[in-house]
Amino acid sequence: MTIGLTHYLTVAAILFTIGVLGIFVNRKNVIVILMSVELILLAVNINLVAFSVFLHDVTGQIYALFVLTVAAAEAAVGLAILVTFFRNRGDIAVDDASVMRG
Amino acid sequence: MVLQAITFYLLAATTLVAGVAVISARSPVHSVLFLITAFFSAAGLFVLLGAEFLAMILVVVYVGAVAVLFLFVVMMLDVDFVALRQGFTRYLPIGALVAGVLTIEMVTIAANIATHGAAASSTGPQAYVQGATNAQAIGAVLYTDYAYYFQAAGLILLVAMIGAIVLTLKHRPNIKRQDIAAQVARTPDQGLRIVSIKSGEGVEV
Repeated sequence: MTIGLTHYLTVAAILFTIGVLGIFVNRKNVIVILMSVELILLAVNINLVAFSVFLHDVTGQIYALFVLTVAAAEAAVGLAILVTFFRNRGDIAVDDASVMRG
Repeated sequence: MVLQAITFYLLAATTLVAGVAVISARSPVHSVLFLITAFFSAAGLFVLLGAEFLAMILVVVYVGAVAVLFLFVVMMLDVDFVALRQGFTRYLPIGALVAGVLTIEMVTIAANIATHGAAASSTGPQAYVQGATNAQAIGAVLYTDYAYYFQAAGLILLVAMIGAIVLTLKHRPNIKRQDIAAQVARTPDQGLRIVSIKSGEGVEV
């Protein structure tokens, strides 16, 4: 019943694929796509922390901290773009936003 | 040891179920709430590993800031979310296929790495150096070896903050704003008019 590295890596792998699946099935809803990206980054963080703890090297947790920073910045800028997009188009359906105009 | 295993399976199951609920919930508000659940139970997993500093950071940064930001945006935008769910069932089979293949591959690789790589000789989880707490161990490395990276992370956050403000700031016309220079430079001649009013008559403004 000992919980080893494999268990944590498996959880992270499944969480990662849930995030990827979320991007696949919610192609229109950009808010859920952003949340899926957050799930993917969380899975990466679980991987980093698990390796860090099992290899007795604290550097992995530092790296997870930086991933967390970038994820927060990404969420802020992504949601700001989303708000601007909504103001311009009155909708957030991203699948027909293939045309970019200045 | 059994208690630890039970806690792990409980937290892992909660994380994964909440993750599935995030991508399949009908309302985005529910998605955000399930995202918070997923982050909370992932923080529990971190505590179980012994990385309590990152667990608390996860709760503070994600639940306290990012999830609330998501919630604000979801409630602020007046969008028909039912229409946005079109294509959910259409993309589900191919998406599930890709996700299934990806899961099998990644779990296989993870099991191999955990049993054959450098981690195979690991003696077990140990989140802290002898005689120091987890936060002390992180600080001792973060503020010395990774000081420049730490500064760069701060710079990234600053740029993101300015970027978000610049993107969402809207200068509406027809709104009176303060113009300090013009206000201070105003003389009595420009702002004052002396009118002698005849008795019984009004004054044109």
